[in-house]
Amino acid sequence: MDQPAGYLHAGFILISWPNLFLIGIMLVIFALALLLPFPGHAADDQTEKKS
Amino acid sequence: MSTNSGDQSRGSWTAATRGQLERRLPWDNLLPDRQPYWVGSWVYVFGVVTIAALAWVVASGVILALFGPQWWHLSRAGRFFNSLHSWSVQVFFVFMVLHLWGQYFMASWREGRAPTWMIGVVTFAVSIGSAFTGYLSQQNFDAQWIAVNAKDAINSTGVGGFFNVLNFGQMYGLHVMLLPIGMVLLVALHVIQVRMKGVVPPIGRLSQPDVTREMTEK
Repeated sequence: MDQPAGYLHAGFILISWPNLFLIGIMLVIFALALLLPFPGHAADDQTEKKS
Repeated sequence: MSTNSGDQSRGSWTAATRGQLERRLPWDNLLPDRQPYWVGSWVYVFGVVTIAALAWVVASGVILALFGPQWWHLSRAGRFFNSLHSWSVQVFFVFMVLHLWGQYFMASWREGRAPTWMIGVVTFAVSIGSAFTGYLSQQNFDAQWIAVNAKDAINSTGVGGFFNVLNFGQMYGLHVMLLPIGMVLLVALHVIQVRMKGVVPPIGRLSQPDVTREMTEK
């Protein structure tokens, strides 16, 4: 833990593995937020369609 | 009587401000109990998680400021609150960026919401300044290393005369007072702007006032 992080160096891209991992987690959270149904959303949607 | 009071209030800045607020930010908009159906998505949770994280950042920061550097470096409770402060900042930035992605792809500056977007941009910039001054306020070798490395970059921008990263008092003052106050005010203004204009509708869909008008016309 108490040592410098490893780096990914591919061409002009230079990024530490922890930062790359965090960006990956953020992309996963963003995708899940788009895909997962929101509680109560379906019921509201039907109500609006009826009106 | 009402005419008299109306005459008396004419030209009064307090009455003018009250009138503006009543027109532009009625209580129903400020504290709504219903939201349009499109708000039912996890994407809209990113903003409120960011605000929750900011509350943790401020609360843990107040505790750290009360007890001081020796406490937050040497005692178990101090190290706990130090970590709490650090991790809530991580959560704050992660969810602020997720909120930014969501609002960017929704083009949330549409239909008169440019001020909301711009206040968000300024809040992002100020929060980066807050995080940077926070790194400089740790009172450890890491902070010194960052300050010594940053000074040349800051000096090259020309602001080194006003913003001296080697001056701990200045960095600490900015970090615990001016920047947090600025950030909390900006976030409050951002939320008020959202409440004034309403949550942006999906692209290609009428906004809520337009939907209401269309239904009334039919």
